[in-house]
Amino acid sequence: MKVTQGTFSFLPDLTDRQIKAQVQYCLDHGWAVNVEFTDDPHPRNTYWEMWDLPMFEVRDAAGVMYEINKCRAVYGGTHYIRVTAFDNSHGCESVKLSFLASRPTSEPGFALTRTEGSGRSIVYQTRSYATDEAEGKRYQGMDART
Amino acid sequence: MDSKATELKGKERYKSGVLEYRRMGYWNADYVPKDTDLLALFRITPQDGVDPIEAAAAVAGESSTATWTVCWTDRLTAADKYRAKAYKVEPVPNGPGSYFAYIAYDLDLFEPGSIANLAASIIGNVFGFKPLKALRLEDMRLPVAYVKTYQGPATGIIVERERLDKFGRPLLGATVKPKLGLSGRNYGRVVYEALKGGLDFTKDDENINSQPFMHWRERFLYCMEAINRAQASTGEIKGSYLNVTAATMEDMYERAEFAKSLGSVVVMIDLVIGWTAIQSMAKWARRNDMILHLHRAGHSTYTRQKSHGVSFRVIAKWARLAGVDHIHAGTVVGKLEGDPATTRGYYDVCREDFNPRSLETGIFFDQHWASIGKVMPVASGGIHAGQMHQLLDLFGDDVVLQFGGGTIGHPAGIQAGATANRVALEAMVLARNEGRDMLKDGPQILAEAAKWCTPLKQALETWQDVTFTYASTDTPDFVPTVTAAE
Repeated sequence: MKVTQGTFSFLPDLTDRQIKAQVQYCLDHGWAVNVEFTDDPHPRNTYWEMWDLPMFEVRDAAGVMYEINKCRAVYGGTHYIRVTAFDNSHGCESVKLSFLASRPTSEPGFALTRTEGSGRSIVYQTRSYATDEAEGKRYQGMDART
Repeated sequence: MDSKATELKGKERYKSGVLEYRRMGYWNADYVPKDTDLLALFRITPQDGVDPIEAAAAVAGESSTATWTVCWTDRLTAADKYRAKAYKVEPVPNGPGSYFAYIAYDLDLFEPGSIANLAASIIGNVFGFKPLKALRLEDMRLPVAYVKTYQGPATGIIVERERLDKFGRPLLGATVKPKLGLSGRNYGRVVYEALKGGLDFTKDDENINSQPFMHWRERFLYCMEAINRAQASTGEIKGSYLNVTAATMEDMYERAEFAKSLGSVVVMIDLVIGWTAIQSMAKWARRNDMILHLHRAGHSTYTRQKSHGVSFRVIAKWARLAGVDHIHAGTVVGKLEGDPATTRGYYDVCREDFNPRSLETGIFFDQHWASIGKVMPVASGGIHAGQMHQLLDLFGDDVVLQFGGGTIGHPAGIQAGATANRVALEAMVLARNEGRDMLKDGPQILAEAAKWCTPLKQALETWQDVTFTYASTDTPDFVPTVTAAE
């Protein structure tokens, strides 16, 4: 399966040229761009690890691409890497754009477990198969399992 | 407008009998509205022979302290303060026999935080007043001191996006069709297919409540199965507006509590439940971390005709104060009424922290929102993937685009319909951000995506030429005019 979190996940994975254009769009709006990564793709996992601080001072997309590539060199293929842009202006002070810049080489997806409750109600739990492994050891040699 | 008739004072003013409203103090051409006044703009159409200033004064009187005859008991009160004051009357451009009447109301006339109280005054008895042929409330200026007495949207656009983890693009929804007749099991099937295919939300229709073919609990249970399955198969947060509209508040609370216990992120109400019920549900939603979707069922009975009723921009303002998170605000290009400039005005009312006076979009007053939350407008009714460039250009990112027929009616099925819409949207956002001219290149951008996305190709082939081009009835009275260069 393909996790479809992020703004452009229904498109073919973005090329570096496309990523750079999106980053430039964010910088042109005065937003600070941040690179984050995780190996826990649960839809409610909000706090991905930060690849250093948001780049408040960087105004050139090439600088951001440099950081994305450094992050990929360490976590590419075993983690999700996303690019997030923050707008600190009053009335927003939140994320304006967030999209994936890298995925693990294979994505095993999620199990849905159902716990039958009273009456007909069911308590649902979404669990990533990848998180059966310890943090940092996920998405390695996954191909055999998918 | 002429303002000759002067207000009477003292003994003459309070002599028993009937007196013109303008002479009772409801017309004051020199009045300068205070920052704390509520201002209302009415479109008035007096009966033949009724002086427009007297008609405006009568509206001010009947919507505040007056009755048809003089009452000495006014003298027990600070009546000068409580009288609403019509302070400006001007002819409607190209509207013979109609006038715009500006009326100021003192803040003390209104209970804090109660739309029911506001509505009972401003659109109460006065709308049936005989000396007028017709009356329409066009716009209101709500002072900050008044805005601050309301909770505002239970969630608001910013927090909704954070909760859903969806940024930088409009959200996508679909109303389940057919709106009536599906069993719970079949209904959930539509929800699952649409959400798995790429939509963020599905939606109950306004009149799906608890009928013989599907009682509400069946719908909620099967919808939650569908939502959770779709969430697990995509890794995205999904939702379905579960309509909790019911006969009594007790029933609505019961349904909302059940939705919450099942883990739903959103519940839905219809405008016809009334303002008090809307405010109650907004408070419930704030307390229970729930997004509150409002379907504007019934509004066209009083918003659509320009001569009489209440403009939707006023309804949108009241809904924002009352505390809903979503409101249907028009599509322009779809099947329902919606002039582009007027609709733009509604969206601004929902989404901005300050609305400057802008006659071409129907906004008559500066309006400060004092950092109250923002309402996500919903564009729903007769829209399809082939219009994506127009929709994104008209509405920007903070909107829910709802493709009901445009998802479920797809020739290859519901999932394909959902995928077509999601791909069209993401391709268009990507292109816009890259600096391409959406309006010019839109069809080409869609065609490029359709080369690798068969569902989009099929959607474009099916609906390519579908448009709804009818004249709008509710249009701005003022059009920008080009000033000749010196």
